[in-house]
Amino acid sequence: MTLGIELTANYYLVVGALLFTIGAVGLLVRRNVLVMFMCVELMLNAANLTFVTFAHELDDVGGQAIVFFTLVVAAAEVAVGLAIIVAIFRRRRGATADDVHLLKG
Amino acid sequence: MNVEVLMFFVGAVLAIAGALGVVLAKNPVHSALLLVVTLISVALLFLLLDAQLVAAVQVIVYAGAIVVLFLFVIMLLGVDREESLTDPVPFQRPAAIALGAVLLVEIFVLAGRTWATGASATRGSLSEPVDGQDLGNVERVARVLFTDFLWAFELTAALLVIAVVGAVVLARRSSQKPEMDAEDREIAETELAYAGEAADSVPPEVTS
Repeated sequence: MTLGIELTANYYLVVGALLFTIGAVGLLVRRNVLVMFMCVELMLNAANLTFVTFAHELDDVGGQAIVFFTLVVAAAEVAVGLAIIVAIFRRRRGATADDVHLLKG
Repeated sequence: MNVEVLMFFVGAVLAIAGALGVVLAKNPVHSALLLVVTLISVALLFLLLDAQLVAAVQVIVYAGAIVVLFLFVIMLLGVDREESLTDPVPFQRPAAIALGAVLLVEIFVLAGRTWATGASATRGSLSEPVDGQDLGNVERVARVLFTDFLWAFELTAALLVIAVVGAVVLARRSSQKPEMDAEDREIAETELAYAGEAADSVPPEVTS
């Protein structure tokens, strides 16, 4: 049984769009800073999936090379972001984004 | 059943279920572990798309390094207690979900109308032989990474160094105490009670 399904790029792009949306909604809904960072990772992964899908679709290796740069940006972002969280946590206990309003006028 | 279709649906369902779990799990540790499920499922989709190197790097760097870093910070800060998911700002959550639905519809409409098309294999093909040789995925990605994207590749080295320096600067204890309000001072005093012996053992010229 083959279910009569032909895997096209659309299937992968829909998964990528869903992952991106779940990440974006999670970023808005959650207040734990660590979970918000994980949602950012989800969104970056959705973008990576889209890049690789188009690389496959256009038979172009450039899309796969771009993924490495996304990875580097994600790694740098996590390193700096977690350092900021540790620094904030040292001043006030808690990892809730609503508590960090030091820049509020 | 066609193996490729089966693998796609296993990967897609696990990826989306994991992503929903990341958002819905109350405990940050569970969120991190469900993030691993999503990342490995996406790596499976990468394999189906002939991106073997990217799939391996995804598992090694994302699931291996980044999630471990997340778990390390969760354990270090001790925030692994459950968070109440009740909404402090009324209408924030329905508004977020509505905005998410709008975003999804927008993506589908835009992608359906202006489908990205372009010349194939401008940076080199994924399957055609190069110079008469049948190269593997690693060679193909390496070729384009070290020729067309060489300048960007070198810049990522600078970016990583800057990120490491920034992380060290942010995370190290500053020798000068910043100005504190009453709440902060109370917190700092309990902290000092923990770290009292360590602070005493530091010579004064080092802390100046």
